[in-house]
Amino acid sequence: MESSILTFLIFLPVAGAALMLPFSKLYGKENTHYFKWIALITTGIQFALALILYRKFDPALSVTESPFTVQIDWIKHFNIQYFLGVDGLSMPMVLLTALLSFICILASWKIEKQALGYFSLFLLLDAGMMGVFLALDFFLFYVFWEVMLLPMYFLIGIWGGPQRMYAAIKFFLYTLFGSVFMLLAMLALYYYSDPHTFNLITLIQTASSIDASIWGFSVKYLIWIGLFIGFAIKVPIFPFHTWLPLAHVEAPTAISVILAGVLLKMGTYGLLRISYPLLPGEVVNFSYILAVLGVINIIWGAVNAIAQIDMKKMVAYSSVSHMGYVLLGMAAAISESSAGAQAGMNGAVMQMFNHGTITAMLFLLVGMVYDRAHHRWIIFPRDYEKPELAGQPGFGGIGAQVPIYTGFVALAFFAGLGLPALSGFISEAMCFIGGFSAFRTLTIIGTLGILLNAIYFLRAYQRIFLGPLNETYKDLTDINKIELATIVPLAIITLVLGVYPAPLLNMIAPAMDGIIQIVQSAL
Amino acid sequence: MESNLNLLALLNLFLPLVSFAILIFFGKKIGESAHWVALTLIGITLVIAMFFFSTVFSPHEGPILQSSIQWFTTGSFTLYLGFLINNVAAIMLLVVALISFLVHLYSVEYMKGDPRYSRYFAYLGIFTFSMNGIVLADSLVMMYVFWELVGLSSYLLIGFWFEKDSAANACKKAFLTNRVGDIGMFIGMMILFFTVGTFQLDGLADGVKDGAFSGNMQLLTIAGILVFMGAVGKSAQFPLHIWLPDAMEGPTPVSALIHAATMVAAGVYMVVRIFPILTPGALEFIAVVGAITALMAAIIAITQNDIKRVLAYSTVSQLGYMIMALGVGAYQAGFFHLTTHAMFKACLFLCSGSVIHAMHHALHELHDHDTDPQDMRFMGGLKSKMPITYWSMLIATLAIAGVPFFSGFLSKDAILAGTLSYYHSHHGWTIFLPLAGFGAAAITAFYMFRLIFMTFYGKPYEQKIHAHIHESPVKMTFPLILLSVFSLALIFTLPNTVNPVDSHGWFTHAVPMVQNNAGLDMHAVEEGIHHAHYTAMTLSLIVAGLGIFVSVLFYLLQKIDASKISSFMNKFKFYDISFNKFYIDEIYNFLLYKPFLGLSWIASKLDWDLYDQKFIDGWGWITLKLSDKSGDADYNWLDQKIVDGFGNLTNYFGKNLKLSQNGVVQNYLLGGMLGVVLLIIIFQQF
Amino acid sequence: MDSLNSYLVIAAVLFALGIYGVITRKNAVAILMGIELILNSANINFIAFNRFGGMETLDGHVFSIFVIVLAAAEAAVALAIVINLFKNIGSVNVDDADLLKG
Repeated sequence: MESSILTFLIFLPVAGAALMLPFSKLYGKENTHYFKWIALITTGIQFALALILYRKFDPALSVTESPFTVQIDWIKHFNIQYFLGVDGLSMPMVLLTALLSFICILASWKIEKQALGYFSLFLLLDAGMMGVFLALDFFLFYVFWEVMLLPMYFLIGIWGGPQRMYAAIKFFLYTLFGSVFMLLAMLALYYYSDPHTFNLITLIQTASSIDASIWGFSVKYLIWIGLFIGFAIKVPIFPFHTWLPLAHVEAPTAISVILAGVLLKMGTYGLLRISYPLLPGEVVNFSYILAVLGVINIIWGAVNAIAQIDMKKMVAYSSVSHMGYVLLGMAAAISESSAGAQAGMNGAVMQMFNHGTITAMLFLLVGMVYDRAHHRWIIFPRDYEKPELAGQPGFGGIGAQVPIYTGFVALAFFAGLGLPALSGFISEAMCFIGGFSAFRTLTIIGTLGILLNAIYFLRAYQRIFLGPLNETYKDLTDINKIELATIVPLAIITLVLGVYPAPLLNMIAPAMDGIIQIVQSAL
Repeated sequence: MESNLNLLALLNLFLPLVSFAILIFFGKKIGESAHWVALTLIGITLVIAMFFFSTVFSPHEGPILQSSIQWFTTGSFTLYLGFLINNVAAIMLLVVALISFLVHLYSVEYMKGDPRYSRYFAYLGIFTFSMNGIVLADSLVMMYVFWELVGLSSYLLIGFWFEKDSAANACKKAFLTNRVGDIGMFIGMMILFFTVGTFQLDGLADGVKDGAFSGNMQLLTIAGILVFMGAVGKSAQFPLHIWLPDAMEGPTPVSALIHAATMVAAGVYMVVRIFPILTPGALEFIAVVGAITALMAAIIAITQNDIKRVLAYSTVSQLGYMIMALGVGAYQAGFFHLTTHAMFKACLFLCSGSVIHAMHHALHELHDHDTDPQDMRFMGGLKSKMPITYWSMLIATLAIAGVPFFSGFLSKDAILAGTLSYYHSHHGWTIFLPLAGFGAAAITAFYMFRLIFMTFYGKPYEQKIHAHIHESPVKMTFPLILLSVFSLALIFTLPNTVNPVDSHGWFTHAVPMVQNNAGLDMHAVEEGIHHAHYTAMTLSLIVAGLGIFVSVLFYLLQKIDASKISSFMNKFKFYDISFNKFYIDEIYNFLLYKPFLGLSWIASKLDWDLYDQKFIDGWGWITLKLSDKSGDADYNWLDQKIVDGFGNLTNYFGKNLKLSQNGVVQNYLLGGMLGVVLLIIIFQQF
Repeated sequence: MDSLNSYLVIAAVLFALGIYGVITRKNAVAILMGIELILNSANINFIAFNRFGGMETLDGHVFSIFVIVLAAAEAAVALAIVINLFKNIGSVNVDDADLLKG
């Protein structure tokens, strides 16, 4: 049972997608509720599996000792294996993916146009995401990484907003551009490692002894840069971040949720899974730059978010800012103080999980108001279609009209700005503490983020929910049951982890210890 | 015993949160009886607080309760949550619980009929919970957690009537201004953590004593000042005081609870808690900030016409006093003033609420919706109509003005003695501190009595309004009476003495001088204060008397026309500066808000319109152009010209060679012969 | 007439005349006459080499008799073709037989 759980996690959605075909033949493409229910049940089972995995998961066991690991020869000639495993780094990601996939299916319940395509593509995406987090063979990792791209392209390009084609193409090409560098690095690792292998666990031992150089640069440095570019585009790290606001704005709600909640984490996951253990020497040299980039992300993302008038774009830029915290925490791995290094790294992975849930909440809530009012303006732009509304507050005072919804938005906004007793604070604070132990001045600059993040959230909250009620919206309906079902689990997680983060931390800490040891041994 | 105390402390902390939870989720169903839930739970909290207070009087070594549990750990990085209840904390707990309970009671009447009645009590509950958390916290990180939660509660309560734009603006302003201070506090916390190794308060004190900062005292000073920034934000010190006057948008009981007695006092409380690790340098900075705040706010309060604004600025000023006291080392005086101020300021606010409530009802009955019920110029002569309110307010005003027999006199006197002794030991520019202190005292007396005279004395502005005024019901007046009793001096001096000028009582015994481990000789400070005591007392009596006298002249006896004086003062723009709060909000707007928002607009344009659309898409544009050119080259040149060229060449040769096929066999034979001849010649060569 | 060269010269002259006749004459029968000249020049060569070449056998003479016979046969056939050609295109002028023109 144990050895096949991971395989099921990945391929169950594929089976679900395949199952939709006979249903569509039998009942026709118009009966969309079959596809929705298949998708819901599939992701539900997947989530249940993930929970079972969580119950049985022992964080102290390394991948090689864990009973869940699967290692089968695939393409023997090139030493490629079907190698799946789960450890403290991937476990929270697996849970996050499973949970958000389930929630996104619920959030997509209203999709009618070409529903078969939508749900099957989504399930494929789900499989790809799971695969990325579970793969421990670089080739397999790369395969799943690319598998994610195509469904996203279609999901954004067909069911998205007015500029969806532009957004989809841009997202696809930009990410693919990064993947090319990752491919080069992967091949270099294969070629220069002795024995030639894609196996990430073996490479941990052998990669540091790569000694060659090309055109005057050491191969390890080039591999690091290649991997970094590939992952940096996904995180996204300034200056590779501009695809994000566009993709988020144009994607449908559920896709935005999964994009921000899971796909963004893959960049930092890749850095932690691949770059950090394999190239600790480069990590040590690069940490300062990583910290600088992290602080730039925090500040630039927040400053930009303040200027936005579209709510979704504002939340997108807030994602950029929050990922900056992760980078700052990751840069702390080289800190001399072991408390600081641990705080930083654990805070980073925690922030990945927490940001996934919080930003998912944010996008879901924005989607709800968009469904009702068909716009997301915080204040109406001057060239809005209805000229009599131009220059007015976009919504205005709907707090009184939709109190339960407002309550959830308040929870989500305050979680986003890092209010204590909500999960975001702990991860944020730990990232700062870690970063401070390694890079004092940079972290001090980064703490401006505490203020800046509050500014745009509160401004948006005030413009939309406070103040006198805008007469246009006096018939706005409050949150309904399906929407409530999507939000409540995330809200509960945010509250519980804010007060009692120990379960999450106990999962992560041993794995982070391992990575910190590897990095610090190269100091 | 320990576990019982732990349980009590836990209940004290969490019962208000239970109140919040019940009222948020079930408030609609409970409706008008929401206050029973809240009053019961807060009442139990009050009883527990009274219990802890009683342990102050029983002999004990060290803190009453000190316990902690592990919150979470990653191996070498661990955070703890715990309680540290010493005498100071126990007194503070009582203050918080008492005023919270009284405010709850008062609000039953004040907020009657409000559509979000249960929500209001829920928010009061979460506030009490957060405030208790700050009081009980044994580590800086726990304090920070509740610090922010208090900020959240304040946000919710100030913005309670959020349909008003002014309230929505005010709550956002409060939260953001507090956040600025919180940044400093967080950085300071991190510095302390990484030098000493812990966030625990006693751990920090010990660490500093054991020399964790030896050789680097400057770093400790910086850390101290940074942590103090949190207090600057929370306790509305200059330059982060701007949110407090705007916070008056919230309901008056909220102002009494949060923005007078408890939340804003949290900053002072925090400085009290971290006092052992504050270096003389940090303390000097703190003292100056406090002095500036005290004086500046007092000057602004002179000209305000809104009754709550006067009290708000008075609060800022008094907080400045407390901060200044701690800065000059008068630790006990600062905390003493915090306690006395909590009582009389809450009383003042609740009294003003009573007045506003009465005015509001009167105007409502007259169908007058334009007159501002909070503007003192529309009041006058209310003494006869609202006697209980009047007497309570008068007692509280006497306390704040520093008149003997009232609590404020004792605490203020101690602070002023502290500033005098500080000047005596430091000389030079530090004369500013006692000057600010005494000056602010005089001005305080002046404007507080101005408030009394304008509101309760003289001719009513309009007889019609005056006729409809009546005293508030007992749920509102009971807290007023109780608090005014607590503004009397003997409450704090019993059982030792009833001498109005002697502050030795249970309070001074319960809050002894604390050790400062960062280099301040507390004994010398105590000595100095003792010496300066009588000078300070005399001076403060003179100064208070002066203020009251001038106020009587201006407003009671109307001997001097206030408006003439103000237009005279305005020759130097003094009146305008005072009335417009030193234009600080406008300066911030001009120097900070507008440029920052402009910057963020520029950043957005840079990031999107320039960087993404031009640069990133530029790569796409270049790629497309390149591929256009390459497609062009490939088709028009490579394919058409070169590849087809071969075909054309072949065609050309074919056409031309075809001409030699003329069908005449003899020509072919000739060709053949010539070829043979050629071959022979060639082969002859070889 | 004692040396070989004289005979070879005569044969060459005859050959050249024959070639000239084949290439330039328009009349088909004239071309055939030229071909006869060529064949006869080859005959003279054969006999001359046999006489002056130092051989015991009479191979050259025998060969030339063969050639004469074949020339006669070939002439007969060629004339038959010419007659057929005349029947088809109505002329014995070879310039008129241009059906192979490309």
